[in-house]
Amino acid sequence: MRSVRVVPCLDVDAGRVVKGVNFVGLRDAGDPVELAARYDAEGADELVLLDITASSDDRETMVEVVRRAAEEVFIPLTVGGGIRSLDDARTLLRAGADKVAVNSAALARPSLVSDIAETFGSQCVVVAMDVRRRPGGSYEVFSHGGRRPTGLDARTWAVVAERLGAGELLATSMDRDGTEQGYDLELYALLGAATSVPLVASGGVGDLGDLVAGAAAGADAVLAASIFHYGRHTVGEAKEYLEAHGVVVRPRGA
Amino acid sequence: MIAVLDYGIGNLRSAEKALQRVGGDARLVDRAQDAPGAVGVVLPGVGAFGACARALRSSGLEEVARAALASGVPFLGVCVGFQLLFEGSEEDPREPGLGILAGVVRRVRGGLKLPQMQWNRTTPVPGGPHALLPEERWFYYVHSYAPVPEGEGRAWVAATCDYGGEVVAAVEGPGCWATQFHPEKSGAAGLELLARFVATCDGRTTVG
Repeated sequence: MRSVRVVPCLDVDAGRVVKGVNFVGLRDAGDPVELAARYDAEGADELVLLDITASSDDRETMVEVVRRAAEEVFIPLTVGGGIRSLDDARTLLRAGADKVAVNSAALARPSLVSDIAETFGSQCVVVAMDVRRRPGGSYEVFSHGGRRPTGLDARTWAVVAERLGAGELLATSMDRDGTEQGYDLELYALLGAATSVPLVASGGVGDLGDLVAGAAAGADAVLAASIFHYGRHTVGEAKEYLEAHGVVVRPRGA
Repeated sequence: MIAVLDYGIGNLRSAEKALQRVGGDARLVDRAQDAPGAVGVVLPGVGAFGACARALRSSGLEEVARAALASGVPFLGVCVGFQLLFEGSEEDPREPGLGILAGVVRRVRGGLKLPQMQWNRTTPVPGGPHALLPEERWFYYVHSYAPVPEGEGRAWVAATCDYGGEVVAAVEGPGCWATQFHPEKSGAAGLELLARFVATCDGRTTVG
């Protein structure tokens, strides 16, 4: 039986969660570990911690966040942002990450994907890509947090990434991110048809119906940030909604 | 002390921390000489079967696992650590497993995406052993291969899940538990399983 994972994403800058967080009952809404524990208690299936720190001085801060999170939360942790080398990946995996998500560095040097896959196994390499729709229905990959166009076709990169050993693909639609208009469903249908590894949908969730649509379009995991951070919906509500709409999920408390 | 065998692969911190969370005195052990006195042995494993089998052998920790299994020291295998109990794997036919149980690890067939990287409903086998898993729960899986027990090993099958067909999720025999899923990554259900394992590590038998 195929089930769909519900994955809250935390953007972390210098050890603090950024993007608005509006939670009752948290001592400190900016502490990623406290928020991670909250999502775990609500039934999150996995957590993505994305290091958006600009300065390399704060890399060690992120490792410490991962270390603390792995002591508190016993569900899969994916860590992304600024992973440039096999050593960066090793440091995060040793700190307690289960998967590392590579993005810009893998575009610059695709062998990073195979290096991590050969050393630690495909199951711990996620290739994350930020994409924008082109006229005609194809998508272009952007690097450096979406600032630099690469000219690379998203479908092609997904196929290459899988061949290099990526165990999962996480595709974020830059057109939809932050718009709350829902996932770009055509993107996931396209990537899902071209590849056979698990696919994570990201970017654009405005309500719980968008999660159902993402799952129906072929995503194996649905990632969201704002709907959870702003307290609009709990992860538990998301799972109940998915289940009520025919999507198999791990029931809360199971 | 519960020895978590650290033979140089992947993230073992989660297994160590999860066991500690449920009251187990878990420690990563990377040399055979540090294992004597252990009241339990945990064999984790991620990645490829062949790489794990080779690394376990060259670390000298294979003998610790074998000794624990032979003398009844409570043993828990997880993921590839579960698969290693069998004779070998289609994933790397040149590398033998420990051969504790008859059967071979085969690629999961059923037409769904591989790896199975998801939570799945896991059900005790009617009439099977049930100390490891007394009731249906959901656990987190990451694998493309799964053992197909043969002979006596079939009576050890404790739980299964459905992934385009029946997949052996856990086995249980005297002093030996092993799971295809990751209890250390399966939230409350996983911690409860680990707590039951820790409770079996009562010190009546220890690694010599």
